[in-house]
Amino acid sequence: MTDAWFAGVDPDDPAAGATGVREGSADAPADWPAEAVQSGFVADESEYYERLREATIEAASDEVAEREGADDVQLTHAVRAMDDAERTANELAERVVEWAGTLYEDVPRGLDGVRDIADRDPTTPAEERVVSYATRAVDLLDERDELRAFIEERAPSAAPNLAEMAGPVLAARLISLAGGLDKLAKVPSGTVQVLGAEDALFAHLSGRASSPKHGVIFTHEYVNGTRPEDRGSAARAFAGKLSIAARIDHYSGDYRPEVHAELTDRIETIRARAEEGDE
Amino acid sequence: MSNDLPAGVERRTYDGRERLATQGEPVYGEPTDSDGWRAWDAGRSKLGAMLELDMDTGLDGGETVLYLGAASGTTVSHVADFAGPTYAVEFAPRPVRDLVGVAEDRDNLFPLLKDARDPSSYAHVVEADVDCLVMDVATRGQATVAIRNKQFLADDGRLLMAVKARSEDVTAEPDDVFDDVVSDLEAEYEILETAQLDRFHADHLGIVAQPK
Ligand SMILES: C[S@@+](CC[C@H](N)C(=O)[O-])C[C@H]1O[C@@H](n2cnc3c(N)ncnc32)[C@H](O)[C@@H]1O
Repeated sequence: MTDAWFAGVDPDDPAAGATGVREGSADAPADWPAEAVQSGFVADESEYYERLREATIEAASDEVAEREGADDVQLTHAVRAMDDAERTANELAERVVEWAGTLYEDVPRGLDGVRDIADRDPTTPAEERVVSYATRAVDLLDERDELRAFIEERAPSAAPNLAEMAGPVLAARLISLAGGLDKLAKVPSGTVQVLGAEDALFAHLSGRASSPKHGVIFTHEYVNGTRPEDRGSAARAFAGKLSIAARIDHYSGDYRPEVHAELTDRIETIRARAEEGDE
Repeated sequence: MSNDLPAGVERRTYDGRERLATQGEPVYGEPTDSDGWRAWDAGRSKLGAMLELDMDTGLDGGETVLYLGAASGTTVSHVADFAGPTYAVEFAPRPVRDLVGVAEDRDNLFPLLKDARDPSSYAHVVEADVDCLVMDVATRGQATVAIRNKQFLADDGRLLMAVKARSEDVTAEPDDVFDDVVSDLEAEYEILETAQLDRFHADHLGIVAQPK
């Protein structure tokens, strides 16, 4: 049996060829044009390339239509689920460690403690419950890691510039906080700067606090790795370019190296102030 | 010493300036002339820059090509103008929408919405023993992608690769990044030539290599 995209495909059915292109796989390439002629799928190589062209164009257009606009929804759910899993695992962990402390000597603290408990062999009904409970927490942590891996794989294709600039997880968070890539592309960069700091912003608007300088983008090294007095400038510069990246990703999807280079230069300039000393 | 351009690529004059050009339907608003030739903008194309810089790409015209990181098709459209069957892999859906448009105007360009890190997802489509593997993926792990895709390349085929320093590590010196990528590649490829593409693309290295 061959793994070729045209295996079992009726030459007169372009849709079946497209499905073969989309869903097939092979461990290694082969001389597919020759195989196609030998197997009678086509009469000659030039007919093969015609069929291949129809099938690849149809496969690519169909898949683009399905995935466009849907990838950001998947990222939004995945990043929220990742946060849920993490938060819940921490909650369970607290209970596990506290409970296990009454049954075992020296239980390590935090999530390490949970993994440690989950690996033990229970000998009493109480131990059985706490070990089982710890196992749920560990499963949730593993799920969180899987979700992160999914985001890391998906974000660069859903939003190539944003993912390159912010890193895949922060990119997904920004998309999620804005309510979609299209929304993120439309808000002003000042909003991007404070996304995730809604509480602080609300306090500011009701006169209870100064305006927040950054929201979730604080988790990025460009902001938290810049000395405090220059962080506002770094956050503003970063948010400005993130906004541009989101627009490019939403409207064209092209990867644009210049934008990334400009941001790196800008951050370098801001950080150079620290070396020049303040005047 | 000057290397010959592949058949199907010429230097032509647009607005008083000599530029590379190929013959085909225009794609990205590049200047065209009345004979159907269109300028190939080396500032928007790393392969164009490699040819402008006289690197010995080994391209003669008419070869079978696997192109990784096709984006919306700027460069691969020129490749399909002078090469034979051209497989274009890109994993982001949005640019592939444009790439499909470029493929519709050509009969030898096959767009594939696939991840170049996972060759088994397109090995059932891309034929074995391609003459040339072009890589412009601007992603972390560029050497790994080249190594994983070596299986498609004929023994005497060429890898033409553009390495973007900042994709590997934004903080490192580009030269250090290039050294690392080249030494990773050397496990599987013999490096024939490298050149900085800075005149056209800041912090990019062009590499010509052959499978070991
Ligand atoms: C610098 S751009 C390519 C520009 C294009 N070669 C040109 O000159 O017209 C890099 C492209 O690689 C794509 N890319 C990055 N990682 C990829 C992967 N693992 N598989 C496929 N494409 C990838 C990005 O989506 C982006 O479109």
